[in-house]
Amino acid sequence: MDRRLNNLKQRKVKSILLKSFVWLCGILTVGVLIYILLFILLRGIPKINLVFLFGEYNSETLSAFSSIVATIQMIFLSLIISVPIGVFCAIYLAEYAKRGSIAVKIIRLATDTLAGIPSIVYGLFGMIFFVNILGFRASVLSGVCTISIMILPVIISSSEEAVKSVPDTYREGSLGLGATRIHTVFRIVLPTAMPGILSGVILAIGRIVGETAALIFTSGTNVMKNPSLDLLSSQRTLAIHMYMLAGEGLPHSKDMAFATGAILILIVFTVNYTTTKLAGRIGRIQ
Amino acid sequence: MTDKIKIENVNLYYGEFQALKNINMNVKENEITAFIGPSGCGKSTLLKSLNRMNDLIEGVKITGRILLDDADIYGDMDATVLRRRVGMVFQKPNPFPMSIYENVAYGPKTHGVKSKAKLDEIVEKSLRSAAMWDEVKDRLKKNALSISGGQQQRLCIARAFSVNPEVILLDEPTSALDPISTMKIEDLLTEIKKDYTIVIVTHNMQQATRISDKTAFFLHGEAIEFDETEKLFSMPKNKKTEDYITGRFG
Repeated sequence: MDRRLNNLKQRKVKSILLKSFVWLCGILTVGVLIYILLFILLRGIPKINLVFLFGEYNSETLSAFSSIVATIQMIFLSLIISVPIGVFCAIYLAEYAKRGSIAVKIIRLATDTLAGIPSIVYGLFGMIFFVNILGFRASVLSGVCTISIMILPVIISSSEEAVKSVPDTYREGSLGLGATRIHTVFRIVLPTAMPGILSGVILAIGRIVGETAALIFTSGTNVMKNPSLDLLSSQRTLAIHMYMLAGEGLPHSKDMAFATGAILILIVFTVNYTTTKLAGRIGRIQ
Repeated sequence: MTDKIKIENVNLYYGEFQALKNINMNVKENEITAFIGPSGCGKSTLLKSLNRMNDLIEGVKITGRILLDDADIYGDMDATVLRRRVGMVFQKPNPFPMSIYENVAYGPKTHGVKSKAKLDEIVEKSLRSAAMWDEVKDRLKKNALSISGGQQQRLCIARAFSVNPEVILLDEPTSALDPISTMKIEDLLTEIKKDYTIVIVTHNMQQATRISDKTAFFLHGEAIEFDETEKLFSMPKNKKTEDYITGRFG
């Protein structure tokens, strides 16, 4: 009897210890996040003003306007290239390829390798291939091409997971009604997999927004006075703007680097929020 | 009554394993034919061969002939055309993750019906045939996954009706349902057999006696006995059939 009581006590102590450890880890994680966010936002947001946001760039304003536009261009163009390729590749892998076929093995090897390559290596490749060999020069176009390759593995693997997680009973139901394979993929499988695909797109956007190393070599660090949609001009994204400002050594450039960081964080928030909302809405319609 | 489906010397292999052994039987028009037998006896496999759903599984080989109105379904016939004529309802209700309306409209849309009025008409007719129009007519826009399991299964039957099939295959359609939903579906099947040819796989022998005209008993991939349901259950010719229906095994 006594031993059993003892045992119970021990177990209670253990569970309390474990619980507090779990809580501690949780608080630590959230704490670090909040600290970083506050650190940047508190320094950055007060420095943000209209001129910085929408003004002309010069050594006085250090305006981020053209970089904001460059970042948005970079996001859209890279996604336009890599989302269709990635999603179709995922459909091939999950729906059409025979299990264990050589094509699947090669594609998987390629995506796994691409996913593991450090971004600076992509940068070097982009510089040699797109900038020099293809003659795109240091430009948004070279940056977009490089980034598209870089995010492809993320899109492929998340889309493949999403497509695979669509229950086979849906496919059977559709095929059983006399629908063709391709019709089933587009009308049933893809819509059902959309939330999963979008979460891959969010990850990809995160990588694009945060990328510096690969872009310094390809789209360059040039800053335009005013925003430009010229894809053949060298432009810096926000992340590079921040990197350059931090190293600039001008009296207020550090502050402006924080302001840029704050804008970056806000952009990422907005993108994540809208994409999640979008995914939620698509999920509900289904 | 004429023979709607003729099954001639059918053997089916999953890789090395022979799942069906020399099956011969005819399914008559406007009748309910039931396939019974213990798990793994081949009854679902045979059912799925009737609209070539087995094509989807890798490594399936089939020999012999299956004729639908005297046309070989493994010959020139396109699988999508075949599956339009021979619809299927699965063991677990599998409505698509969309609205009730869209679930029923999916089939006709797939086959090229575009007009909203025509689709409305098909949806109403199909849901009426599945005896659930009154239950759902006010919530056609609701997600099909939000209705009960029994309703989902009847929705799947309505979905099968929507492409105007000639034959409907049902693979243990009530095994996941409660007795009341089961009864509704059984009533429905007896009601609609005048317009369709129905083949149903069932684990439930009472269900076979209640609704089917003919019953086939399967064991280890062989069709042991195939006869009028009444005869098969009252005076089975084969000892194995007798053992099974009297509950000695299975």
